[in-house]
Parts: sequence; structure tokens; C-alpha cells
Amino acid sequence: MNKPIAGGAGSAAGLEVVLPHPRTTQPQRLTRLLENERALAALLLAPAVVILGTFIAYPFIMGVWLSLSSTSVGNAGEFVGVKNFAKAWNDSIFRTAFGNTFFYTFWATLFKLTLGMWLALLLNRHFRGKRIVRASMLLPFIVPTVLSTFAWRWMFDPTFSVLNWLLFRADLITTKLPFLSDGTYGMWCAIVVNTWRGMPFFAITLLAGLQTINPDLHEASSLDGANGWKRFWYVTWPLLKPVTIVVVVFSVIQTFSDFQLIYVLTGGGPANSTHLLATYAYQVGVATGLLGEGAAISLFMLPVLFVVVWLQLRYLRRMEGA
Amino acid sequence: MAQVMMKDLNKKYDEVHAVKDVNLHIRDKEFIVLVGPSGCGKSTTLRMVAGLEEITAGEITIGDRVVNDLPPKDRDIAMVFQNYALYPHMTVYDNMAFGLKMRKFPKVEIQKRVQDAAEILGIQELLKRKPRQLSGGQRQRVAVGRAIVRHPQVFLFDEPLSNLDAKLRVQMRVELKRLHERLETTAIYVTHDQVEAMTLGDRVVVMKDGWIQQVGEPLELYGKPANKFVAGFIGSPAMNFVDVKVADANGALWAETQGLRVKVPPIHTSRLVPYKGQQVTLGVRPEDLQLASGSDPSEYVFDAVVDVVEPLGSEILLDLRAGNSTIVARVEPTVRLKVHEKTRLALTPDRAHFFDLKTELAI
Repeated sequence: MNKPIAGGAGSAAGLEVVLPHPRTTQPQRLTRLLENERALAALLLAPAVVILGTFIAYPFIMGVWLSLSSTSVGNAGEFVGVKNFAKAWNDSIFRTAFGNTFFYTFWATLFKLTLGMWLALLLNRHFRGKRIVRASMLLPFIVPTVLSTFAWRWMFDPTFSVLNWLLFRADLITTKLPFLSDGTYGMWCAIVVNTWRGMPFFAITLLAGLQTINPDLHEASSLDGANGWKRFWYVTWPLLKPVTIVVVVFSVIQTFSDFQLIYVLTGGGPANSTHLLATYAYQVGVATGLLGEGAAISLFMLPVLFVVVWLQLRYLRRMEGA
Repeated sequence: MAQVMMKDLNKKYDEVHAVKDVNLHIRDKEFIVLVGPSGCGKSTTLRMVAGLEEITAGEITIGDRVVNDLPPKDRDIAMVFQNYALYPHMTVYDNMAFGLKMRKFPKVEIQKRVQDAAEILGIQELLKRKPRQLSGGQRQRVAVGRAIVRHPQVFLFDEPLSNLDAKLRVQMRVELKRLHERLETTAIYVTHDQVEAMTLGDRVVVMKDGWIQQVGEPLELYGKPANKFVAGFIGSPAMNFVDVKVADANGALWAETQGLRVKVPPIHTSRLVPYKGQQVTLGVRPEDLQLASGSDPSEYVFDAVVDVVEPLGSEILLDLRAGNSTIVARVEPTVRLKVHEKTRLALTPDRAHFFDLKTELAI
């Protein structure tokens, strides 16, 4: 391979090309290694792999192992197969928590989507102070969940509830509502707080989606004879679907595995009636110390979320392909 | 089929007075083109007809109905947008059928109309595709198709060809003209391209700063521009303008400036008498200048030096200097002249234009 370099002077011109001489061999070996695409790729990927491995893969595998063992605090435990899963499934509190998680996720997501969409459509109009309203709308989302949930708990307080006071004063109720002291009420309260907190995210994301829709399309459809509702149904909504699906997927994942809100608002009570999988897993695994059983409970979330995400992403991909 | 009337039409935004006292009578079946530089109010006028902009003052009548307070969908019009505004999630068929579907036409009728329109536009093969699978020209056709299936009283076009490449634009221009001759529907067409305006319009409306400058048939605008703006806007390359002084000598009027002196043509003499001793603007179109030959009357001949030669094949554009003025002449492709070469130009006397220096109106 001693051909003259293209563009370089050949011997015909009576000149010789002097190539720079490498000073040391050490950097040259490194350079050569970096020239190799596989080596370079591995090197560049390494930090991400280490981080993901340490904080996601290891805890996940650890969780799977724990769920198959009889480990508890102070006891290394041994392999017990699916015993923990079977035990959880036969546990009535687990079944309540399992059902609650679906109930909570379904209604909270539905409310967040509906109200978020409504808010986004409103905010997409032109009005004075639009920017300030848009920015301030994100407040519930920015305040730490624990803080805002404490405020809500205070509003739902059995003795001092400002909501009860308001409803009573407005002559809408005659006796206090048992907001957090009744399982069904408690669940709905949690849904309300979750909706309040999550709606801005829906609204902002959907608003961003709305703004990518060419306003000419609305004009064209109004000339085509579509009124406001039909314009939304036939033009806006179909164009907003991809964005909506992404937000819903995010929201379902977060709501399904929600912990903080229930932990602070009801702690799973009264009488374990408002537990979600995450809070119950924490109670069994950490508070009670039965690590194996706790891990098994939390792993019940995995197949459900997997199916949800898979279905929605498949739908999204089909839409994009069409 | 309907006529469109605009009476004292005005549009004011907060600060901007976009359309000023527009009065226009568009006849039934007429193809009228609104043309002007950007910001002249042509699109706003069109959008007021469509109902997409509120009317600040004045009145618009379509057919025999005043439409000021009618929503766009009830005005019986169809519009073609600059960026086509096709619904990206619908097939070509659904895009074209949408307006009929919203108006609850029976399915059979919708199908027939869409098929007919597709045939006229040669897009039968594309009906099942989505807009993003189409080329610019095809999208344009679909957008036109969406308008014609509705059989509206008036077509509105908002710069429909400006997103196409030059070659396609010429082709679509011809197709639109053919389509209009076939459908015989009143059409209002907005463009900033004066060539489009001249080739498409039965009549052309030139606008500037919200005012109508002139309304007329294309050749009328070209031959008898009402003012300096219209004269300069219509025609390419644009008309040459030279500020000259009207002088009286040897019993005739002369238009003179440094390095250029021509006699005022007889047809203009009487109108220019009041301007004796004053400055006016002389306007000459590039094709009304030729290289002088011996037979040209010497009072219309002047000296010039070639600055730039632009051979276009079918003709040559010469950029010349005569005194302090720069002048473009359109000459035969056989002319052989070099840069810096001296030559003599003759103007066609009865095609010269004169404009008042202040009002810029044609004299």
C-alpha cells in the first residue's frame, strides 16, 4: 500500500512527500483503537450502560430475585419459587390494592385527559395575559407532591375540612362528608388530587400539540361547513392523537405506580382500603420487613404496565406508518 | 354562479388600516385577479369575502345576499389556500368529500362528485393516498378538487401557485385557466406575481397600501397604466422611469434631462402644456426602445452607453446609461453590442408615458 496519496505530489514532479513522523507510539495505539468503530461505540456507550446497570438493571434483577425468595429484614432467605406471588394473590388486602390501582389509574387518567384537553383548547385561544396564565397553570405540577398533598389532606381533614365547611354553608350538605375516613371517599379524594396535579402536564403537552396544527386547516374546515364541535372531532382530535397517546402512556405508567400521593394522603387507610400496589408493597416489604413478599407485590405491576405500553406504542407506530 | 360586490370595504386592525374603501363589482363568471406587493391588502380582502376576517366597515354581497354576518360555511364559496391546507390524516378522497359530508350530501352523490372532479383534474389514481404521499403539484390539484366538488358560487384562490416550482407554476396556471373556462364559476384570485395576474385574469385589480390603484383588463393595465405604481408593477422588466423637465423650443415641447433630450410625442403635447418648465416623469417600456437606424426621426433618438448585456435567447436585455439615467431596453437577439460600447436608442413616440411628479398619476 505504498501508492502516492491522491492529490499529493508524485515522483514525476520530482518531489517527495514528507509525512509527519509520530513522536511516540503510545498515543498512536490509542488513536488506532478509537478509529475502530466497535471500540469507539463501546467506549461511548459505557457511561450510559454503567448508570442504567447500577440504577435500573441491578435493582430490577434484585427485585426479581427477592420476589422468588423468603428474604426478610435480617434474614438472607432462600429460593421459594412463586410462593410469594401465590400468597399475595390470596391476600384480600392485596386484591383490594390491585383493584384500587386500576380504578385509580383509569379515572385519574380519564379526568386528566378530558380536563387537560379542555384547558388546552381554551389556552390555545388568544386572550390578554395568555403567557402568564399558561405559565401559572403549571404550578400544581411544580410544587412537590408531598407538599401539595399535605395541603389537600388539610382540606379533607375530618374536623377542620374547609370543603365541608363550604358545602355546609352553601346548604349542599347537612352532615360532614367522611372524605378520608371512608374507603370509597378516600379513593375518590386521591383521584381528585392526582387529577389536580397531573392535569397541567396534559394541558401543556396537548397545547404544544395543538400549536403544531396549521391554523389554515381550521379555516379550511370552517369553509367546508364544519362547526366547532365537528372541527374538533374530524380535524383537531385526529391530528392530536399521536401526542395524546404519548401523554396517556406516560400518565398511565406514573399513575399506576403512584406512591407519594396515597402515602401522604391516606397512608393506605382507613383499614387498608385505599392502598395501591406501590404503597402496599412498601408496607409489606419495608414497613413490615418482608422483603420477598413486598417485591412480589410490586412486581405485579410489571406485566400490566408492559401490556399497556406495548398496546399503545403499537397503535402509535401504526398511525405513523399509515 | 354569482356576482360579487364590495362596497366601501374597510379593514382595520389595531394599528393598521389594511384595506381602504375598496369598491369592486365582480361580474358573474368573471375571473378576477387581485395583485400587488405583500401588505397591499389583497389577501385581507379575499379573506373578508371568505368570512375568515371580520369586516370593519362596508358591505360584501355574493349573488344577491349581503354576507357580512354570514359564517364562512354559509357563504357558498370555496377557497384554495397557499399551502393547500389539506387534512393530513385523510385520504385524497376524504379530503375532497369532507365538505360534502359536512353538508350531509347522500353518499352516492358525494362519490359521483368526487369522481367527476378527480377526472377533470386527472387525479383518479391518487384518491386512496394521503396528502404527504403526493407531490406539490398533486396536492395543488387535490386542493382545487376539494373546492370544485362543492359547486360553489365563487372560487377564492389565495396565492395557490406560489409554493410550486417555476415550471409547474406555468403548467398549473394554464390548467387553472382551462378549468375556469370549463366550469364558468366566478373566481377571485390573489397573487403577488404580475405574470400570473396578466395571464389568468379577465380583469386585474392592482392594489397598494390597502388602496385599489387600477382595475382593468390585462392589456389595458399594460397599455394605459393609471399611475406610476401600476406602470412599474405590471410588466417585466419594469418600465423605465426618467425624471425630465418639460421645455419649450422651436415651437414644440421637449422632455429633457442631462444627456437625454427627446421631443414630447404629439399625442401628449396638449396634456403636457400646463407642465411647461416643470419636472415630470417619463416612462418607457423596455420593448418600446430600439437601436436607432437612419430612418428613425432624430427627435426621438438619444445616445447611450451599454452597461450590461443580458442575452435571454429570444431577446436581449440591454442595461444602458443615458446621461445620469439607467435604462433597460429589450432588443432583437441578433444585436451584437459589447459592454461600454456607445449606441443610439430610438423610442416609439406614441408608447411613451408621462406621470405627474407629485401625484404620480398618468398625465
